Amino acid sequence: MIMDFLIAAALMGGMGAILAVVLAIADRKFYVWEDPRINQVEALLPHANCGACGCAGCHAFAEKAVNGEISPGKCTVNSPEGIAAVAALLKVAAGSEEKRVARLACAGGTHVARQKAQYSGLESCRAAALVNGGGKGCSWGCLGLADCRRACDFNAIHMDAHGLPVVTESRCTACGDCVEACPKGLFSLHVVSHRLWVACRNLLQGDAAEAECEVACTACGRCAVDAPAGLISITNNLAVVDYSKNRLATQVPIERCPTGAIVWIDEKKGVVKGMEAKRITRKSPLPVALALLPVGAASEMKGSR
Amino acid sequence: MPLLEAITGKRLWRGVHVPEHKEDTERLPIRRMPFAPLLVIPLSQHNGAPSIPIVHEGQEVVRGEPIAKAAGFMSIPMHAPATGRVQRIALAPGARGELGLAIYLAPYLSASQEILYGAPRDIADMTPAEIVQAVQDTGVVGLGGAAFPTHVKLKVPEGRTIDTVVVNGCECEPYLTTDHRIMLEQSAQVLHGTRVAMKALGAPRAVIGVEDNKMDAVAALRQANGSATDITVESVPARYPQGAEKMLVKVLLNREVPSAGLPSEVGLAVFNVATLAQIGDLLPRRGGLIERVITIAGPGVKKPGNFLVALGTPLRWALEQAACTDRVSSVVLGGPMMGAAVGSLDVPVTKGVSGILVLEDDHGPAHHNYIHPCIKCAACVDVCPMHLNPSRLGLLARKERYEEMETDFHLMDCFECGCCSYVCPSQIPLVQYFRISKQMNRERKARA
Repeated sequence: MIMDFLIAAALMGGMGAILAVVLAIADRKFYVWEDPRINQVEALLPHANCGACGCAGCHAFAEKAVNGEISPGKCTVNSPEGIAAVAALLKVAAGSEEKRVARLACAGGTHVARQKAQYSGLESCRAAALVNGGGKGCSWGCLGLADCRRACDFNAIHMDAHGLPVVTESRCTACGDCVEACPKGLFSLHVVSHRLWVACRNLLQGDAAEAECEVACTACGRCAVDAPAGLISITNNLAVVDYSKNRLATQVPIERCPTGAIVWIDEKKGVVKGMEAKRITRKSPLPVALALLPVGAASEMKGSR
Repeated sequence: MPLLEAITGKRLWRGVHVPEHKEDTERLPIRRMPFAPLLVIPLSQHNGAPSIPIVHEGQEVVRGEPIAKAAGFMSIPMHAPATGRVQRIALAPGARGELGLAIYLAPYLSASQEILYGAPRDIADMTPAEIVQAVQDTGVVGLGGAAFPTHVKLKVPEGRTIDTVVVNGCECEPYLTTDHRIMLEQSAQVLHGTRVAMKALGAPRAVIGVEDNKMDAVAALRQANGSATDITVESVPARYPQGAEKMLVKVLLNREVPSAGLPSEVGLAVFNVATLAQIGDLLPRRGGLIERVITIAGPGVKKPGNFLVALGTPLRWALEQAACTDRVSSVVLGGPMMGAAVGSLDVPVTKGVSGILVLEDDHGPAHHNYIHPCIKCAACVDVCPMHLNPSRLGLLARKERYEEMETDFHLMDCFECGCCSYVCPSQIPLVQYFRISKQMNRERKARA
């Protein structure tokens, strides 16, 4: 009886020893040298794997950083201390990147933008956009069903009382997930010094634009006239800021905007509208006329096979 | 199922039985609708490049006169639906929610519905190429809803032969009765159009497939056909989606259109009856497609019916003619299964609109919007006419694994008939998921 145990133990022990030797040889034979600093750098990164730096995740970034192909500052998610620590470890310059954030080119919340119909399908902007473009009167405007909030890994987007996403700049890492998520393509990434901002994409002119949304750009052209030459142009009935001339930007062009479509995003005060922008006092949503059903769901005879 | 088919020898396929709701309108003859005070004719009513306007603001046009020309082979011209004056060429809301260029035409108050433009011609001696050109000039598109330019389908693809023309008279969508009425009232035009298509394609025979809930239409077509043997009229079981091209071809001729393929790969060309009726009517008189038959029905309509409507008639006008109740909550273009809801009554009737379905408050899904988890009951798998696995596709879509859906689970074979959503006891909006997935895949390919 005791012998059986001994044999079993010896067999298993022997097998273990042989395999250990094989593994030890393989470890030496197939050893690939990897710079130990890659793992050290990776440990200092935020592990968000967001891709904002353009690399396929944090490990890839660490590899590139160690090889000197990318500066530590390119990781916009990292804290300044973290960037400094990586730079110190690699003995390179931190490389300052100006912080970029996602900005929404729409200000048409439910209290100012007309809903032509009520969408009642799957709770997703993508789905709503496929049903007659969503219920919004403005074909270009935000649908407010929060695809961007769900796409954001950093909790940087929340929906306000009027169904518009609000980006918390301190949390935004400019990873670009919201840019991809939005079916209307309303998000874009900008450095924070781009303070002049047109919060509208409506391509209609004048009353036609304003009929759908009280804060739409009506292409009146006042901002373009007031701005330094070439900074703002009216293209396709929409004011467009040429950010290559951003150093000329001041608050002057926003002052005479009648609808407040062009705003100044101030460092401290947040979104600033011009003096002549009409005051919006309504808090409640505008009324809706029609219901919008998704495809296939219009059948009221559901469930009988 | 295939085993059962082998044993019984019957061609069984999947799909669902849906309540037909056709009784309100199937016996009502086609009626003309008066002109709306302003017609809106979008320049992109079809698949393909938008037409190019050839009129200017303020110009006077005659009913039937071309007002826009085709932009290449994959495009069609447009014709003036009424005698009147071009008011402006500007953006107008479309049925998909987009804004597109449209010609606004104000008909004269005294404008007659008589068509004075055009000239008779002999089409007996036309060559296939001439027929293709002549059909393009009429501006006819697939009137079943796809709005694919018909002349493109009349051109035999390089290296293929078409042996049979299949004419689709199924109309499996609930509520719609336009094809039914056309087969009854315009049997001669349907047969005439079918012979034109056969000639253009060089096909020796044609089969007209009609669902067996419209036996009066079968009788009417057979009577009009007389003793001719080149066209046969067959009834097929009424079942949704029998009117889908691939289903009909399988049932009528037991041929299977390959995945991601066209019917021409198995020697077939499929047309809707209404399309061929228009060709049979327009071609001999050099006309243009300026009006179409639509069914206006649903619980929200007091006077439902089949109407011959000038293209460009705003839905608001069309619904006034059919006397809507005051509890209308939603308006769907097409049938309830595949139709698209519209968000604005300023949307005009276009070439691809086969019906307007009007629903009231208490209909529709607003009351049961909650999506329950998938219980893997496989009801959707049982009904999917394309033999896909909607349950699995739905789960993948929720996980946003869109690429895998296309490469491993044949997402692109789904033609969005809606059977899976219809039977799902958990009320999972499967078709919506698939439409999103297709859209995401398109965007991904466009980026790459």
